[in-house]
Amino acid sequence: MLRLAVGAATFAALAVAWYLATSATHFIPPIYLPTPQEVWQALTQIVVTGYADGRLHQHFLHSCGLVLMGFAAAIGIGVPLGMWMGWSWRAEAFVNPVFLLIRPIPPLAWIPLAIVWLGLGDAAKVLVIWFAAFVPAVINSYTGVRTIERHVIEAAQSLGIRGPMLVREILVPGALPLIFTGLRLSLQACWTTLVAAELIGAILGLGHVLYQAGLDIYPAMIVVGMLSVAVAGALMTHVLGWIEKRAMPWRIA
Amino acid sequence: MKMRERMTGWELLGLGLAGLATFFGVWSLAAVAGLAPPQFLPPPWTVAREFVHLTHEPFVGYTLQQHLASSFMRFGMGFGLAVAIGVPLGLAMGWFRSLDMIVSPLFDALRFVAPIAWVPFAALWFGTGIGGPVLVIFTGAFPPCVINTYRGARFVEPHLIEAARTLGAGNRQIILEVLLPASVPSIVAGLRVSAGLAWQSLVGAELIVASSGIGYLLVKGQANISTDIVMSGMIAIGIVGFVIDTLLQALQRRVQRTRGRA
Repeated sequence: MLRLAVGAATFAALAVAWYLATSATHFIPPIYLPTPQEVWQALTQIVVTGYADGRLHQHFLHSCGLVLMGFAAAIGIGVPLGMWMGWSWRAEAFVNPVFLLIRPIPPLAWIPLAIVWLGLGDAAKVLVIWFAAFVPAVINSYTGVRTIERHVIEAAQSLGIRGPMLVREILVPGALPLIFTGLRLSLQACWTTLVAAELIGAILGLGHVLYQAGLDIYPAMIVVGMLSVAVAGALMTHVLGWIEKRAMPWRIA
Repeated sequence: MKMRERMTGWELLGLGLAGLATFFGVWSLAAVAGLAPPQFLPPPWTVAREFVHLTHEPFVGYTLQQHLASSFMRFGMGFGLAVAIGVPLGLAMGWFRSLDMIVSPLFDALRFVAPIAWVPFAALWFGTGIGGPVLVIFTGAFPPCVINTYRGARFVEPHLIEAARTLGAGNRQIILEVLLPASVPSIVAGLRVSAGLAWQSLVGAELIVASSGIGYLLVKGQANISTDIVMSGMIAIGIVGFVIDTLLQALQRRVQRTRGRA
């Protein structure tokens, strides 16, 4: 309770300080830090009439859609591959060296290559997001399967559970906690990568808003863009947390 | 897990080599068969040649080493600044409850702003030379430094603090002589995460705002549609990132060996 009050007071004090430093005293010129009124105007402008070729919800949905697509593709390919590597030592021995070779290259460094290959459209963005989420998805699925206790698997096998049923009943539920940990970690990386990719070149999206605002030297819109990125990131993290709870009802958070 | 199949070292090595051979084989075949024009998909050996070429022939003004050197300087400044501010702040937050209550909510709110989203302000405030990229690197590297130091300091065994108090230690002495040494394992773990994020943020910042550096080399390679240059740059980024991580991992191991796990 005290924490909450102090937190609220901190934000209030910060808002007042912001107002005093910019609007009231012009201590910081508006070209470096916009006034609260300017930010409000920029927000209404982008919500109502639009900025950088779209209104706020269009940019927002566009960015979220791209992240979801790349993320889903990474899960669809990365989780089965990781689980297979966790299950079979041969598969691990076969895939791991290639993986070790590619892993140190950060997802952001794939952006130029994606642009050369696929241009400035959505496909390049989905590719880099896919890449950002793919590596953690594989590693965590792999580790997840490896952490399942061996006698659980042996017991299931001695009861005649094999093939798809073993995967569905034992391996997936056993690996799920770690898989979700990996997804949570990679979601943030996905956002960073998307914003970077959109800053470099896009026609719609929150990163494009930031880019255009930087180009126009429109600090108030930069603030709006940054806030939107933060809100979108927080929202997606919460949605993922909600899915996590629904997917693993046997776990008490 | 499947019964551990008896795998000899040779089998392991063989499978690993087979995996690598498949990877490079498919790549080479795709390039040679002309699935994509060589401009877009050069074979591995062309990339290797370009990599060597870049080390002695300047591209957009500098050789590969010079680009890496200027990137590394920015990395060092941003990372160094994050450690220099983050570790003391984390320690202070771990000790003074009031500071913790004031700073933590701000921190939780700011955490969701992706480091790369600071790029427009970084360019506006500090330009595109050194300052802008350094701010972006700093925003990437700062949170793990603070969070890990804070956690380390917060979970120091209470009787250590009580003992120090009984012996008459003041705030300053407790922070420097009890909290700091006790949080070292946690801090080092944080440094490793922090350095990884700093290196990533550096690449992102240089892709957008810089006129030299390894990220700039990538962007220029992309603009020229020279996939071999882009790939050489990616390899260089991977190697440096790997070296940084390996060094910090060695440091972490050493600390764990002498001090126990974080």
